[in-house]
Amino acid sequence: MNKRMTARSVVAELRDGMTIGVGGWGARRKPMALVREIARSPLTDLTLVTYGGPEVGILCALGKVKKLVFGFVSLDLIPLDAHFRAARQAGKLPDVMEIDEGMLQWGLKAAMIRVPFLPCRAGLGTDVEALNPGLRTVESPYDDKEVLMAMPALELDAAIVHVDHCDERGNGQVLGPDPYFDDLFCGAAKKRYVSCEAILPTDEMTNQGCIHSMVLNRTLTDGVVEAPLGAHPTACVPKYGIDLEHLKEYSATAKDAELWSAYKAKYVDVDHDAYVNAVGGVERVGQIPAPIF
Amino acid sequence: MSDRDYTLSELCIVACAEAFRGDGEILASGMGLLPRLGAGLAKLSFSPDLLLNDAECTLVSEPIPPGPRTAPLAVEGWLPFRRVFELLWSGKRHAMTMPTQLDKWGYCNISMIGDPDQPKVQLLGVRGIPGNTINHPCSYFVPNHSVRTMVAKVDMASSIGHDPARWKPGVRKDFGELRRVITNLAVFDFGGPDHLMRLLSVHPGQTVEGVTEQTGFAFARADSVGETPVPDTEQLRIIREVIDPNDTRAGAVKE
Repeated sequence: MNKRMTARSVVAELRDGMTIGVGGWGARRKPMALVREIARSPLTDLTLVTYGGPEVGILCALGKVKKLVFGFVSLDLIPLDAHFRAARQAGKLPDVMEIDEGMLQWGLKAAMIRVPFLPCRAGLGTDVEALNPGLRTVESPYDDKEVLMAMPALELDAAIVHVDHCDERGNGQVLGPDPYFDDLFCGAAKKRYVSCEAILPTDEMTNQGCIHSMVLNRTLTDGVVEAPLGAHPTACVPKYGIDLEHLKEYSATAKDAELWSAYKAKYVDVDHDAYVNAVGGVERVGQIPAPIF
Repeated sequence: MSDRDYTLSELCIVACAEAFRGDGEILASGMGLLPRLGAGLAKLSFSPDLLLNDAECTLVSEPIPPGPRTAPLAVEGWLPFRRVFELLWSGKRHAMTMPTQLDKWGYCNISMIGDPDQPKVQLLGVRGIPGNTINHPCSYFVPNHSVRTMVAKVDMASSIGHDPARWKPGVRKDFGELRRVITNLAVFDFGGPDHLMRLLSVHPGQTVEGVTEQTGFAFARADSVGETPVPDTEQLRIIREVIDPNDTRAGAVKE
């Protein structure tokens, strides 16, 4: 079995109007090479489901996002994403499903295990309930009769995630400290695409980290894409940290159309190899230390 | 006030720490600089069983001084985000966060200002605030107490609060607890009528009238509104030498 794909062939399988889940968290281990491939494509009207980072701002700035399902959008070391803010404040992204972070993983889990909803308390009594009239509550069928939030399954057409290593069969390894919810994003999606720093022979991969690092088994993946620095400018610890310098440059372009078009020409409208060169290559990025929060 | 031997930031750290008094073996999450230092001070003074984390995924047995790391973390456990959710939904946490707006019933806003379809100001999003506030004790720190931050009604309720109209029958309210509000002017709890926000103390140099003027709603008052306790010598030593030797707290609140 060989699940190797290119970023371009991944994006060729996506369609306008799809609901796409994006793995990682904020400015950490985002599948940015795949996001930039989407940015270069004609895809539009996308619904993004995400613990949001710069992918939200970039795709909003290009007018590709119809709806956002999120708990936050943050660049971590920079609290807010300037392009996401600009889109929201200009009225270009009125359709949002803003929910608690825990509700989001619960919705993914429900989709993964094929139940229509999972109960929780998060969201009750807040404007998450008031502003999302589609959310329903459920009464416990047991004697307690407690009324709970029925977090609906967040079914995804596709998921994109970035990990350290994959093998050709689609097993994926995360060497960083937190697997986030990448397995749930994959589990909730019909098509699952994983970019990685390197595709390795299986035994070489499993020798590099403890068994707990093998967070994606191959039932959760359809395609693997080798993309060194594929999470940049977000972190892929231990290989590289968050590129704060780059995120500052990216953020500054939200206030000026010319700056944004220069950024886009230099970093978005180029293939991945050219991107890696433009950001200083593995030599520079590999020296960015893990972030301290 | 040049004769005092502490800064307003240090007084606020002590007031933040007090919110964690009596908390046992639960995670103390101070989000933002002074809440984080407050949680650390609580652990090193009167709540030694508290758990702390590094805002990523490591549980640590000693507070981590903000700034450059000069010593390895005193790791005592692994707490990735998924386990954070499990822990907080199980109630074993007290979080102190810094809202952009806060109202008299304890509703806080970190989401957006203005119209939800086209906000005047887009902020972070609700993050984990809905789940936090309905599942475990929560407190707030407001570094810039004014009618713009302490408002009659928040633009978006990111949290639960005490407005009875917002609670559906059958929903359990008893797991959450809005405990303290510490600002740069005063300390409140929610011990007023129907859990209305209640003034407990004003910081040295502040008056009840002044705090009232700076607040966008009418709050209750404790039977005797005192002065917020000032840091003692040992607390100042812990703050200056142990939990914040890099003095990152300087300027965290305006004097």
